[in-house]
Amino acid sequence: MNKRSFLASASALGLSAWLPACADQRSHAHAVYLLVDTSGTYAQEVDKAQQVVNYLLGSLQPGDSLAVARVRSRSFSEKDIIAKATFDNRPSQANAQKRAFRDQVEDFTRSASGSAYTDITGGLIQGALFLNETGAGKRTILIFSDMQEELDKQTLRAFPIDLKNIRVVAVNVVKLKTDNVDPRRYMGRLEDWQKRVVAAGASEWRVINDLEHLDRMLKS
Amino acid sequence: MAESPFWMIVPGNAALSVLVLFAVAMPFLYAARKPVHELVHALAHLIGVPLKLVSLWLKAAARDMRERNRQVLLAQGREEAEQHLARDFERVAVLVRRDLEGYPALQRRLLDEITRVEEDYKKCGELPPPPPEWVEAVDAIAKVKSGNELVQRVLEEINRSIQMIYERTLAEYRGAYESRHKILNGFMPFWRSLDKTLAQADQKMTSLADHAARIDSQMVRYEQMVRLTDRAEHALTLSQLTQFFIATLVLAIAAGGALINFKLIALPMSEMVGAGDYLTSSLRTSDVAALVIIFVEATMGLFLMETLRITHLFPRIHSLGDTMRRRMMWVAFGLLAALAGIEAALALMRDMLIADKAALVQSLSMAPQPMAHVDGWFSAIPTAGQMLLGFILPFALAFVAIPLESFIGSARTVGGAGLVLGARGLAFMLRLLGNLVRNLGRVLITLYDIVIVLPLMVERLLKSKAAPQEPEKLPVRRVA
Repeated sequence: MNKRSFLASASALGLSAWLPACADQRSHAHAVYLLVDTSGTYAQEVDKAQQVVNYLLGSLQPGDSLAVARVRSRSFSEKDIIAKATFDNRPSQANAQKRAFRDQVEDFTRSASGSAYTDITGGLIQGALFLNETGAGKRTILIFSDMQEELDKQTLRAFPIDLKNIRVVAVNVVKLKTDNVDPRRYMGRLEDWQKRVVAAGASEWRVINDLEHLDRMLKS
Repeated sequence: MAESPFWMIVPGNAALSVLVLFAVAMPFLYAARKPVHELVHALAHLIGVPLKLVSLWLKAAARDMRERNRQVLLAQGREEAEQHLARDFERVAVLVRRDLEGYPALQRRLLDEITRVEEDYKKCGELPPPPPEWVEAVDAIAKVKSGNELVQRVLEEINRSIQMIYERTLAEYRGAYESRHKILNGFMPFWRSLDKTLAQADQKMTSLADHAARIDSQMVRYEQMVRLTDRAEHALTLSQLTQFFIATLVLAIAAGGALINFKLIALPMSEMVGAGDYLTSSLRTSDVAALVIIFVEATMGLFLMETLRITHLFPRIHSLGDTMRRRMMWVAFGLLAALAGIEAALALMRDMLIADKAALVQSLSMAPQPMAHVDGWFSAIPTAGQMLLGFILPFALAFVAIPLESFIGSARTVGGAGLVLGARGLAFMLRLLGNLVRNLGRVLITLYDIVIVLPLMVERLLKSKAAPQEPEKLPVRRVA
């Protein structure tokens, strides 16, 4: 091997070693976990959840992840995940996956049944586990609920949870009859959740009642 | 009650306080006059001199740069003129080889035609009718006395013979004329051929003369460049500036084309390399891949133009042998055609992806879906247009090599001229600043003296009293 060919090979090797190194190793994917409350009177809002899912399917890009799970009496279970997908990097495949996802969620909204209790915390823990598994750079939990948690006596949720680097957004937090009597209950409920979520290390806490504002939030 | 500032000696009266302070400070200011003057002078000098030096250095650098630019420009111009001259000489050589090579044949043809014409001319020379020898016989007979019957019969016989001979001679004479007319008539094609041949020769000579005139004008320009005249420099600078602006404009248009090209293939490239990979926080790998394809196309176009000897950016390619150069040209063309085909396919894929996405979004929206409107071949026009554009744009981009070469060539001159202008401007500004600083020092010294004008007046008064009266100076007259 003469000097010139060695130099050429060395520079080619250097270039091939440098190119992957210069690539951005951080994940730019966005993972969204949507918790849909099906308890009590909130079960009638499930149709709106379908709108949110459709919107998410329209705005998420190839490579992003989406999961929809229901909130029941005890929600810390994979069985409560109605549909989940990490969309393929190829746009055509991602579109096919999105169609299948939409059909799954549609089936769920048609057959959704109410539950006696509402375990939002369990759903949050399950959501955090899912999001951390995806390794996505941007992680969001959307809680489609009135944020009124009701647990049975055996279910234990009074412990600190870990929501580090996760953005938590409460969507369509409807007012209960009791909230109308005393609005402080509504405000207090949201404040409690904020304290809890921030204490869990969440990067952001937001409440979005107008679904049109969801667009701005997802793009930010 | 508000507390007065520390300097207010007379509380509540700022003006009086200032006046008192001024009066107190005046002796000190007077005492410090010389050091303060020296300090201001030194400061002005400290700032002004380096500024002046830098300004001088910049001026010298600008002069050097201008000279170097001039040399480069004229060298470039000489090289260009030499190339033009060489090309013109080549053309003339081709012309001479093509046209003058045929001149011996042309001359032979002309000579043949002229010989033939001469021969024919000789042939058609007029033959005088035979001398009427029988006239003497007629005269002799005519002298015989009339009334002789024998004579009369002889005369009648002679008359008959003469009539017969006359008719025959006349017929022969007319025949001869007819044949001469025929020969003359046969001249016409030869004359025409001669005329045409001469016209061709004239045309070729005129073309040669035109080329010679062009070579003459090129030579005049070349001589001016060799003599390093200002006129040649000015003409070359103007030409380079024009080239620079035209090349920039064309490159901007090409950049627009490249952008459209990018838009065409960026989305479908995500289907090939994935849409979720990023090189930086905002730069997708698929976008970079699309850009790389466009750059590769431009590079292939560059090589194609280079191997076709249209551009001269790579001397290495130019020095290749003809066979190797031709091979390289076909390789570059093949790659360019393949990339154009890929682009056309990507454009089709883009259309399909957009249609798929639109269908998905439509199905996701809860609004009632409108009836699909199918127009048959009419709806295929945009797709076909995109594919065609995807195929044509790489070839169109190949021609970017020509303005790029002009741009690179003229940028040296324009950049050099800009640098010289910048250096001169900066030198002027620094010189101005240096002068301002020096004059500011003088102004400060004068202002200082104005402030301490009272002690100065006293000093002058004392000096004038202490100094003895000087005798009036008278002009000294020198004795030669």
